[in-house]
This record gives sequence, C-alpha cells and structure tokens, in this order.
Amino acid sequence: MANDPSSDKRVDQATGTEFVGHEWDGIEELNTPLPRWWLWTFYACVAWALVYTIAYPAWPMISQATEGYLGWSSRDQLTEEMGVADQARKEVRDQLAATDIVNLQGNPDLMQKAVAGGRAAFLVNCVQCHGSGAAGGPGYPNLNDDDWLWGGDLAAIESTLQHGIRQPGDDATRFSAMPAYQGMFSQAELDALTSHVLSLSGKAQSSPVGAQAYADNCAICHGPTGEGDRMQGAPRLNDAIWLFGSSKADVQRQILKPRMGVMPSWSGRLDPATIKMLAAYVHSLGGGEDFAEAPAEEPVTPVNEPTE
Amino acid sequence: MNQPSKLPTGHLPEKLYEARKAVHNKRIDGPFRRFKWFVMIVTLVIYYVTPWIRWDRGPYAPDQAVLVDLAGRRFYMFNIEIWPHEFYFVAGLLIMAGIGLFLVTSVVGRAWCGYACPQTVWTDLFQHVDRFVDGDRNARMRLDAAPWGPKKIARRSFKWLVYLVIAFWTGGAWIMYFADAPTLTRDFWAGEAAPVAYATVAMLTLTTFALGGFMREQVCIYMCPWPRIQSAMLDEKSLLVTYKDWRGEPRGSIKKAEKNPGEFGDCIDCMQCVQVCPTGIDIREGSQIGCITCALCIDACDRVMQDIGRPRGLIDYATLEDCEREKAGEPPRPVWHVLRHPRTVAYSMIWASMGIALLFLLGTRDHTSLTVSPDRNPPYMLMSDGSIRNSYTLKLRNMVGRPRNMEVSLEGLPTAVFWTDTISNDNAARSQTFTVNADETEVVRAYVMAPDGTTQQEFSFKVTTLDDPIESDDNETRFTSPIGE
Repeated sequence: MANDPSSDKRVDQATGTEFVGHEWDGIEELNTPLPRWWLWTFYACVAWALVYTIAYPAWPMISQATEGYLGWSSRDQLTEEMGVADQARKEVRDQLAATDIVNLQGNPDLMQKAVAGGRAAFLVNCVQCHGSGAAGGPGYPNLNDDDWLWGGDLAAIESTLQHGIRQPGDDATRFSAMPAYQGMFSQAELDALTSHVLSLSGKAQSSPVGAQAYADNCAICHGPTGEGDRMQGAPRLNDAIWLFGSSKADVQRQILKPRMGVMPSWSGRLDPATIKMLAAYVHSLGGGEDFAEAPAEEPVTPVNEPTE
Repeated sequence: MNQPSKLPTGHLPEKLYEARKAVHNKRIDGPFRRFKWFVMIVTLVIYYVTPWIRWDRGPYAPDQAVLVDLAGRRFYMFNIEIWPHEFYFVAGLLIMAGIGLFLVTSVVGRAWCGYACPQTVWTDLFQHVDRFVDGDRNARMRLDAAPWGPKKIARRSFKWLVYLVIAFWTGGAWIMYFADAPTLTRDFWAGEAAPVAYATVAMLTLTTFALGGFMREQVCIYMCPWPRIQSAMLDEKSLLVTYKDWRGEPRGSIKKAEKNPGEFGDCIDCMQCVQVCPTGIDIREGSQIGCITCALCIDACDRVMQDIGRPRGLIDYATLEDCEREKAGEPPRPVWHVLRHPRTVAYSMIWASMGIALLFLLGTRDHTSLTVSPDRNPPYMLMSDGSIRNSYTLKLRNMVGRPRNMEVSLEGLPTAVFWTDTISNDNAARSQTFTVNADETEVVRAYVMAPDGTTQQEFSFKVTTLDDPIESDDNETRFTSPIGE
C-alpha cells in the first residue's frame, strides 16, 4: 500500500466524488462528507450522556446502580407524587371522615366523589375475591345484585367492611354458622329436603317429608318460606341467587358440609374515609338499598348457633 | 516496534466532515420576489395575529376565534366547534392539506418549499435581517471573512439578538393557540403560566433561532423528507425552475460573444442566478435537491437579459415536456396548459370532493348525541326475583350553548324498564328525563331490567331534546341474558 497520501487520489467519474480507498470486492466507498453540524450534534449527545450518567442513576454495580449526583429515584418520585395526589384529595377525605355515612346520600356531590374514590380502592383491595366487576363467583358474593346477606344500605355495608365476616378477634364481626348435617339424614330424607329447599324458589317439587325436615331443622334461621334473616346472616333460600350454586348436588353439599366464606375486617387496614368510599361504591353498583327499614321494630336477640 | 502503522491512513482525506458553506444571497427584485414577499407577509400575519381574533360564542364558551382547548377537549375555529368524537373533521382537514400539497406539487413542483414552508418563510425573514444589519452580499462576505474585533462582535451580537427576538416571538405566538391569548400573555409575564407553556416557548425559540438563523438551507438539503417525497411526485408535466441550456450554452461574456458571433449562447455567465439563490446552488447544473423553486434566479436572470437586450426566460418555470418541445424548435406553450394534466385534475377532484363532503357533514351534524357502552364485566346480573339487569354507560352530549332537557327512552326490549345512578329504581320507567348543561357531556349509568325469561337481544337507547329545535339520536346496543337468542 502506498504511504503517500496524494499518490492514488482517484475520483469517481459518475459523481465527481473522491474515493476513500476502501474496497470490498470491487465496491468502493466514496467520500461524501457528513455536514459538520451533524458532528456537533453527536458531540453534544455524548456530552449530555456523560452529564446524565453522573447526575442520574446509571451505572449498574453489584447490588444496585450508581445513585447519581442528584439523588433522584423513581421510588422517591412516586412517593412524592402520591403525596401530592393525597394532598389534592385531602379536602374530600376530611369531609368524608366528618360525615356520618347515614347522611352521605343527602350530599350527592360528596357521594359522587366517594363513589369515584371507592372505585379505585375497590380495584386495589377487593377485586381479588369479588372480581374487577364486583360480580363475585361461587362462594364470593356478587355485589351488583339486590341480594344482601347482611344488609345492603350504606351503614350495613360500611359495618361489614369495617368488621369483616367471621373474623376472629373482632367482636363486631358478622358471624353466622350453618351446622353440618353430615350423617343426620337418610339419603331419602336428604333428597326430599333438598327438593323442598329448591321448591322455595320454584326449582323443584316439594314433598311432606321434605317440608317436615325443613321445618324441623332449617326454618328457625332461614324462615318458614326460606326468606332468610339478615340479623343472623341466614341466606334467603327463596330467590334466584345462590352463593354456592343452585344444583341439587350443590345444595346437598351445603347441607352436609357447609362452606362458609370469610371477609377480612378492614378497619385496621384502611382509614375510615376509604371504607366509606368503598361502601358508597358498592352501594352504587345497582343493588344498594335505602335506609327505610333499617332500624328493626323489635330487638332481635342474637341467636348463638352452636359452632361445631 | 517503531514501524509506522500499516493502516491505510494515507487514503483518508484530511476532512471527514464538511463545514457549511455560508450562503450570502444577494438582494433582487422582480415578480417572483414580490410574490414571495406577499406570501411571507400573509403567512406571518396569519400565524402571529390569528390567536388574538375574538369571537363571541356566548357565556358558555371561550371568545377566542381559533383555540385548541386541550384541557376542555374542544377545538374552536370561528363558528365551528369540534368535539373529540368529531375529530374526523380535523383528520379530514389534514388529509385535504396532504392532497393539496400533492396537487400543488403536481402543478408547480416544489412551490410549497419555495414560498410557503415555514422553514423557507423564516429563513427568508432571517436573511432579510442579515441584509438589514450587515448589508448586502458583498458587505456580508467581507464581514464574514474579517477577523473578530469589537466591531464584528457588536454587529454579530446585535444580529443574533434580533434573531432571538424573532425566535421568541415565534415561540410565544405558538402557545397562544392553546389558551386564551390575553390571559396567557399576562400569566406568562407574571410567571404564572403552566410550565409546559414556558418549555414550549423555550423549545420553539431555540429551534427557530437555530433552524432559521443558522441551519437554513441545511434543513432542506439534509433533514427534510419533503424534497425526497416531492421529487417522487414530480413528473414531466410539472413546472420546474429550469435553466434552458439549449439556449444558454455555451456560456460566454458579452465581449466574447461580440467577437465571435453565433458561437455562444445567451448565458453570459454573470453568476447572478447563483448569487441570489437562498440555498446557494447553481441552477444551471439542472434540477437538484437543493432547489426549492423559489424562482429568485428567474428574477435575477430576467433582469440581466433585459439589461443586455436578450429575451427573458433563459431561466424559467418549464416542464420537462416543454423543454423537449422547445429544444425541437417548437414555440413555447402558455403556462396554463399544465392544468390539463390528468393527475392534476384527479387531485383537484379528490381534494374538492373531500372539502364538499366535510362541509356537508359540518352543515348537517347534530348538536345532540348519545353513545352507549354496555358493561362487559359482569355482562348481566341476575336479581333475586329472577329478573335480569344489564348496566350501561350513556354519554349524552349537548353541543349547544344553553342547558337542555333531554328524554332518553328504550326502543325495543318491550318488557324492560330502566333507572340510573341518580334516578332510583322506584322510578324505573321506559323513559327518563335528564338536564344536560350547556356545551357538556352528561355521563349516566343506566340499569336496564327485564323480567325473568328475557332472551338476549338488540335494542336501542334514543335521546330526544325536549325544546326546539327537536333533535334526536339513537344508539343500538345489546341486552345480554343467560338465556340465548
């Protein structure tokens, strides 16, 4: 190769451009210079990158990346932004905390805000069991419908949220127990009883044996016509909604080895304003009830079902 | 060890990067220059003044004639108000702008580049600043070559300050389209405007300063995709700025031509066409990417031809087809024949029919609308008495400047009733009345309940205004049920 730079300066005939001197299988590179501003842009990017890697977390080390001179982290930024967002909601939360839930419906504006807040809180805390559409599933109540085990007005929902269902350690928790009737009925009796239970909602034919078995064992909690009792949390049996399924096998299983769901008590985990928001949201889903019949005319003595 | 490197360094050129060759274009006057002035003034005035035009829309809407209200999701343009769901009007306008550009390119080549492109307009403006501060071409070249001294520093600082003021004004005008201009101006100077306003102004000031003041023709030659796209849209029937080499060549000075009559063409190689060019090219080398077809070289050449008593149009707008005809000795055709180009006619018709369609849609659009989206999670709800409930989100739009009462009713699904999040189910009925505020959308959650046994089927919500003019809209949707169709 020639060492003299000027010795083989050749010019491409077609374009009038000089060759660089690189050749690959007869394909040669022409010297078409980049504009200089492009080079400056490139240097500026390099300089920017250097400053950036010093100022911000960048270089991966063994346990974590370099922290950066400015000490910025996405976690801190999130905390800060959440703080700002909380601050922005503070007024509504304070107002909500100071409002008794029975008065919430009298304040449509606050109710609306509570529902919106509840929707967000629901997606974080409740969807794991009740589903993102609050439609529940077998064993997990659907919150959109008009069937409530423990009452569907705002105060009842709030109380359920606060104290949970069958939560040990919370005196005010919703508690009921369905006895297990395993071994207490002959198969014929069981079939008759099951048919009677299903007949309450028109799904099967009743029989005297079944009716008698129902009256002896079930009516005390579920009521003579299966109307249920919210004070005890005894489900309605004469409606279309069946938490654990409405097939004959489902009902028999629930008689012999009943399954009973639990729900956490949220009063220690969520602040009162959030619980009110959740109550408002659940109430707004379409099945919420008014307070009209809320206070019972006669005090009902709590029935302590023996828990076996 | 001490052997010189065997790398072929000798083959590498000394400069890998090319410095920009400064363009000091000379002042010229002529019909095309005057047209360029006209376009420049019109476009700049439109840009700077439009946001300040007021337009009374009543108490419920802003009084700025042209406003892109991003927060309120409205686009105002004089008496037209575009809602987000009508964004196809804006899309249609953009498509028209695109086809308009094709149309213009098909007729007059890169006229957009030459006259109306913001890069061209601002470059032209900044070149006038150069001329105003530093004098014409020769003075500027002298100053460029002069060593840095107090005088040069003073001149340069002053010129860059003028650049900066124009750039700032340009950036400042942009944000006025997105908020009430007088309020924003006050807030801006009081330091109370949104950070995005300051960032936008800073950004646009910087880009205008750099692109208009320094990058100039480099943007057209290296950065912009349009020259490439437009050259693909030109054909032999499009007007180009053309040097008529069959008439001009061989070049020779007047003296040479006098000595050797008949030997030289009309071009006297006076370089005027090169000196006036804002991108610094030589049009006599033929059509090229750097030519933005601003036609200033035509003005320059025509003036020279007039001075030396030769016919004008040595450099002229001509189509490649015309060039062939003229070379063959046929007389030039009037320029209007370019309009008979089939492609041009096709573009015009597409462009015009889009415009007519948009105007028709705009004139006949309703000011009340309803959209319905059914809840999909859960799709239906079984109630304790066995009836089936579906939930829907209704959006009731009132696009006029006064509150209106509207009635929403169910069409189809004969046994169903509905209530909403604000109307309790004690008042469930086939139709409900709502008040929708002026220029607002009312979002309603509707619960439609049908008795046990209702099958899955289609039905509609229908909205009707209760005051004049009676308008209505309906939206078909689905009632989902565990019982199939």
